[in-house]
Amino acid sequence: MLPFNFEYYKPQTIQDAFRQFYSFRKENKKTIYISGGTELITLGRLNQVYTDAVIDLKRIQEYSSTFFHKDYLVIGGGATLTTIEEVNAFPLLSKTVKEIADRTARNKITIAGNICGQIFYREAILPLLITECLLGIAGAEGIFHLPLQDIFNKEIQLREGEFIFSILIENKYIKLPYVSIKRRKQWDIGYPLVTVAAIKNNDEIRMAFSGVSPFPFRSEEMEKVLNDRALSLEDRVEKSLLSLPGPVLNDVEGSSGYRLFVLKNTMMDAIEELEGERNVK
Amino acid sequence: MSSDPILSLLFLVNSEEKTVTVRPADTLLYILRVRLGLTGSKPGCLNGDCGACTVLVDGTPMKSCLMLAVEGEGKQITTIEGLVNTPIQKAFIEKFAFQCGYCTSGFLMNCHALVNIEPNASDEKIKDWLESNICRCTGYKEIEEAVKSVLNTAEGKH
Repeated sequence: MLPFNFEYYKPQTIQDAFRQFYSFRKENKKTIYISGGTELITLGRLNQVYTDAVIDLKRIQEYSSTFFHKDYLVIGGGATLTTIEEVNAFPLLSKTVKEIADRTARNKITIAGNICGQIFYREAILPLLITECLLGIAGAEGIFHLPLQDIFNKEIQLREGEFIFSILIENKYIKLPYVSIKRRKQWDIGYPLVTVAAIKNNDEIRMAFSGVSPFPFRSEEMEKVLNDRALSLEDRVEKSLLSLPGPVLNDVEGSSGYRLFVLKNTMMDAIEELEGERNVK
Repeated sequence: MSSDPILSLLFLVNSEEKTVTVRPADTLLYILRVRLGLTGSKPGCLNGDCGACTVLVDGTPMKSCLMLAVEGEGKQITTIEGLVNTPIQKAFIEKFAFQCGYCTSGFLMNCHALVNIEPNASDEKIKDWLESNICRCTGYKEIEEAVKSVLNTAEGKH
């Protein structure tokens, strides 16, 4: 039970959702979209989220479907993490989302909800960052597509009233060698110390991170050093860490020093797996 | 869908139709326990961590503390009160798969769904599913044995 009231609306179409959003906004009502809706409850009960109105997107047709279309795998923003794991159309994404929360929670959490969430780990975005996916964004003129990297700066930046309707991943990335490693302080459930997702594309490694800083990221500067085969494996990783794009978290999950230690070793494990131990200096 | 902050909704709970007045901000757990008197679903963490409040929504395990009641409109909701003499309940008794009992209804709902959906579940699959529930008495071994005793049997496919 949440400590505040809100109006609730279940649109059947994108246009209906958009229309209702602006109808609420016209009445000066703070309005949010929900997909799985878990964060509204967990943060709302702690008064860390407040809203006057909720628009639940789940009933919009095709919002939750997953299919291949031409050169792309299309994942609906409303696809649950369990569905993504079980359909397994994109193994790197499946493996990454399988480590988020727990199985029953993943029956409710959706991919759009995870990557747009306030809880900053947003691990489902890591495979999307390294495959340069397109986002199908529902806006005033219907659905338009933008590269994720164009609207991602620590978090996805949408304009008011917009929501993520679908995610498009080029087929060429789906079968690439990949690694997804989540390291926690303890146990098999919970937030990460470090999560690393990586692929090898034309002998180049791409890597994205969660749990290191208070936002998920992919860094071209880091990748440039990571792919410098003139260096030893350890030097590649250590020098790349000089280009971390933000402060290293220092919290109850782990000190910044310990996180860096775990990060370094996790990155080395990831590279060894992608390049084959014998090929690593 | 009405924009009225108080809604009268029809729920299908344990195969019975129930009309309930709800606030959109009410969780399914609250409505089940307070409005419908179905207190078998237990409030634990209220944060989606412990699984004590697990129910089935159209056959899929859901943490009822993580679900708004309005999201359950028109869906078949099954609580522990809706399970009667199922193989997993018998197995919990036979294997002594509970101690204080507080987590038991949540575990039973999740295990019942596991047996139905994954009748040939591997050890890895069982672990993946059961990690959703916490037993503070740490009776996990007996719970695992209970689940395994009904997997891949005709009785398990209840």
